[in-house]
Amino acid sequence: MTLAPAAKASWSRGRIRTLGLVLLLLLLLGFPQIYPKSYVMGVMCRILLYAILAGSLNIINGYSGQFNIGHAGFFCVGAYSEALFAMKIGMSFWAALPLGGIMAALIGLVVSLPTFKLRGVYLAIVTLGASELIRLVALNWEGLTGGPMGVKGIPAPVLFGLRISKATRYYYIFLFLAVLFFFVTDRVVKSRVGRAWVAIREDEAAARSLGVETARYKAMNFMYGAFWAGIAGAAFAPYFKFISPDMFNLDEGFNILSMVIIGGQGTLAGPAVGAVIVNFLTEVLRPVAQYRMVLYALLIIGMMWLRPQGLVGVSNSILAERKAWRSRRKAAAPGGAAR
Amino acid sequence: MTVILEARAVCRYFGGLKAVEKVDMQINEGQIFGIIGPNGAGKTTFFNICSGVLKPTSGVILFRGEDITSLAPEVIARKGMARTFQNIKLFKYMTVLENVKIGLHVRTRAGLASAILHSRRYQDDERFADQKGREILERVGLSEFRDTLASNLPYGLQRKVEIARALALDPRILLLDEPVAGMNPMETQHLSGFIRQLQADGYTIAVIEHDMKFVMGTCDQVLVLNFGQKICEGPPARVRADQGVNEAYFGKGQLSGGGAA
Repeated sequence: MTLAPAAKASWSRGRIRTLGLVLLLLLLLGFPQIYPKSYVMGVMCRILLYAILAGSLNIINGYSGQFNIGHAGFFCVGAYSEALFAMKIGMSFWAALPLGGIMAALIGLVVSLPTFKLRGVYLAIVTLGASELIRLVALNWEGLTGGPMGVKGIPAPVLFGLRISKATRYYYIFLFLAVLFFFVTDRVVKSRVGRAWVAIREDEAAARSLGVETARYKAMNFMYGAFWAGIAGAAFAPYFKFISPDMFNLDEGFNILSMVIIGGQGTLAGPAVGAVIVNFLTEVLRPVAQYRMVLYALLIIGMMWLRPQGLVGVSNSILAERKAWRSRRKAAAPGGAAR
Repeated sequence: MTVILEARAVCRYFGGLKAVEKVDMQINEGQIFGIIGPNGAGKTTFFNICSGVLKPTSGVILFRGEDITSLAPEVIARKGMARTFQNIKLFKYMTVLENVKIGLHVRTRAGLASAILHSRRYQDDERFADQKGREILERVGLSEFRDTLASNLPYGLQRKVEIARALALDPRILLLDEPVAGMNPMETQHLSGFIRQLQADGYTIAVIEHDMKFVMGTCDQVLVLNFGQKICEGPPARVRADQGVNEAYFGKGQLSGGGAA
């Protein structure tokens, strides 16, 4: 799909990127063979799960600039949907998985309605409220959700007669979903839809004056982000085999948000890097677990202070600076006409 | 000549402030229509009402004979009205080409599914947006800054990007809010020529401007606002000679090099 003949000139950077991604994928595919300890596999599963969660939150916060801090709510909807479809009507995992995403997307549509009027912290409070509302429904609707006792014994997925119950095997489900998420999202953000989202983030009034139906695109944006959070939830439920409302509280929402902030908003790779770092730290700091949250808080404060654009944002911004410097020189050159 | 944009007795009050008071306006197809007036005369408010950003307190806006008074800005834009802003509103962290591609949004169709599947429609759309975007940048002379972030351009060029972005809509009428603010005399002269070229290509243009030399030399018809009210309308020569306008405006010696008063 070479659109421009000029693409040839920049083959090296594109190729290096593709090569790097292929190597990373091979490494991830072979990882359980190299290092099949179930503890490590568990950590890897969590990293992949959170890469999807943080990545999908980043679609909302980073790309269209809406401030959502209640992402755990969508995660919750996906997890409960899968668990209940599987437990109550014996639906297979493979059918319940997309349904979990769709249910979360529908809730996402409802939560997106206030975005037509609200921005920034006001919207943040609405999303926070929505997230708590979802949790409270799960907590109190005992007939359906089992209330505070949660849902136990969620059946493991079966693939070609093979029960996927061990982390070593489940790892591949998470890997598949994470790869699918990043592949699909990469295409979306580089399309007309993705450009409209970024335009809304940059200047909503200007976007509207150019005919972008911002309400529709904001709704689409929330639904897309919620869908993938729902998918992550639906994959998480049978992996953990047990879910309860307190797993999806506000702390969980902030946990996901911290990965997005640390990794870098508005970049595809940022949240994945954030997921790796935060989960890695969680493991390393297990012996001093009571101080872990303190360290996270310091990390976020430090990031906000030193690198508000996040870790991946750093390398991007250095490149952007160089590019900007070059183009400024170019802009100044033609006859000095431009000031 | 057909009227393309018409305002009938448009008022807009902010509390007790009558920002726009009973303004009538008719812009004919193919005209370059200037709106001038001292600071705070209500020019930008009036523009915002025309483009749907603000709703008038009373009065009607007709665009090609259709009442658009209550329509949202994005709907009006789709009907063929594009505008620029007084305080430049570029998408700062997008490249110049990407900015123009947002202007091409209404002329493309591809949605989420086509983007994910890279369907024929997506490819056609992307090719169209890329080609058309480059073509428009070529036309306004910004080709070399195609991949520059919009915020890294100097002020005068940013104004041009805004015009390019608005042109991408292929509008029936183009509203320019102070297009030469921050430009030096040479750039101003160049833009004046460019606007007349657009007129020759069949565009209708409405322009708010403070630069009298620019307005008098570019526009076919000029409307003067003062304290929200229309005090004069006519060809530049007549406006220049008008007693009321001179008192409100030119009499204060703000005319730069125009030789009136």
